[in-house]
Amino acid sequence: MKTLDVSVVTPDGPVLEDSYEMVSCRAESGELGILPGHIPMVAPLAINAVRLKRDGKTDYIAVSGGFIEVRPDKVTILAQAAEKPEDIDVDRAELAKQRAEDRLNQAKSDDIDFKRAQLALNRAMNRIEVARGK
Amino acid sequence: MASLRDIKNRINSTTKMRQITNAMQMVAASKLNKAELNAKAFVPYMEKIQEVVASIAAGNSDTEHPMLLSRPVKKTGYIVITSDSGLAGPYNSNILRSVFQTIEKRHESKDDYTIIPIGKIGSEFFKKQGMPIAKEITGLADQPEFAEIKEIASYAVNLFADEEIDELYIYYNHFVSAITHRVTEQKVLPLTDLAEQDSKTTSMYEYEPDEEQILKTLLPQYAESLVYGALLDGKASEHASRMNAMRSATDNAEEIIDELTLSFNRARQAAITQEITEIVSGAAALE
Repeated sequence: MKTLDVSVVTPDGPVLEDSYEMVSCRAESGELGILPGHIPMVAPLAINAVRLKRDGKTDYIAVSGGFIEVRPDKVTILAQAAEKPEDIDVDRAELAKQRAEDRLNQAKSDDIDFKRAQLALNRAMNRIEVARGK
Repeated sequence: MASLRDIKNRINSTTKMRQITNAMQMVAASKLNKAELNAKAFVPYMEKIQEVVASIAAGNSDTEHPMLLSRPVKKTGYIVITSDSGLAGPYNSNILRSVFQTIEKRHESKDDYTIIPIGKIGSEFFKKQGMPIAKEITGLADQPEFAEIKEIASYAVNLFADEEIDELYIYYNHFVSAITHRVTEQKVLPLTDLAEQDSKTTSMYEYEPDEEQILKTLLPQYAESLVYGALLDGKASEHASRMNAMRSATDNAEEIIDELTLSFNRARQAAITQEITEIVSGAAALE
């Protein structure tokens, strides 16, 4: 089976480097599935889990604020933050979720604060989901 | 000549001082190690993002994004990276002098520029000079994480996007080696020199959904990472510079202690000699 080299890189250092059979993720324009031999592509990613498949097993990575760069044999995910399930601090994410929800209840929907709180909520939910393995 | 007890006191206090500077040197050395690791961990991210941005910029020139365009400069922003605490040798003074001179040379009036100082020393300096400050940032961790920097970086990038400023420069001490740091000026925005920077990457990409969307998310990220990179570099220089300053302080204290010990011994010997002379002359007077 052909594989893809996947590396996930953040400003605080590389998070993961390994080879997988398939990468699926949600780009801002919709779901993307990438197999080896894909044409070179760049797409911004939504705050979501990236799913990496190999030997029938799936690894999850929580990614926020990043984009994906695809080459025929290599996929690079550049994100401002990315965590493996075991590195996620669930308590912290829960707190962040709580905070974001409180703020959403107070703010008006056209506020910048509202948008920021929404993003924060998405990030927290994403982390919690990934940590629990869906 | 100082009395024996005076000299003794000075030796004691200098010894204590040496202990402190020695400890500070070791602390700085370990922080430097970590800072270097951080800076190294950041390199792959920076290289990758640079590569993608450059290939988009080189790939086609009819994409227009405000961050790629130079516009007439009415106001310039300067991010100046200094430290929060002193005792770092010439680290802060070098950078402040250089920024001050550049600004004096480039701008005639205070309305033409604004400064975003990072670190207490910098913001105090610019305040004292009466220079305009957009926002001051202090109390940054020694090993900053990207999340902490993001706010600063996006603030500066937003200033540019909102056309508050038309250019953004960053000043920091570039870490060359543990003993050499160079004051460096880097132009962050607009990103005009992207295309020629990296012509070897000729890989063409598909863009999903299109180039404009990509540039919209990518360019702010790129600018932010430039700021973050400069900050990591600056932090490494800060720790190195503090380590050197503390090492020479420790060496100097050692020298002073040696000198004082010598004069202490001399004074003691002089006192003994005098005592003997007194006894001998007293005995001679009795005979």
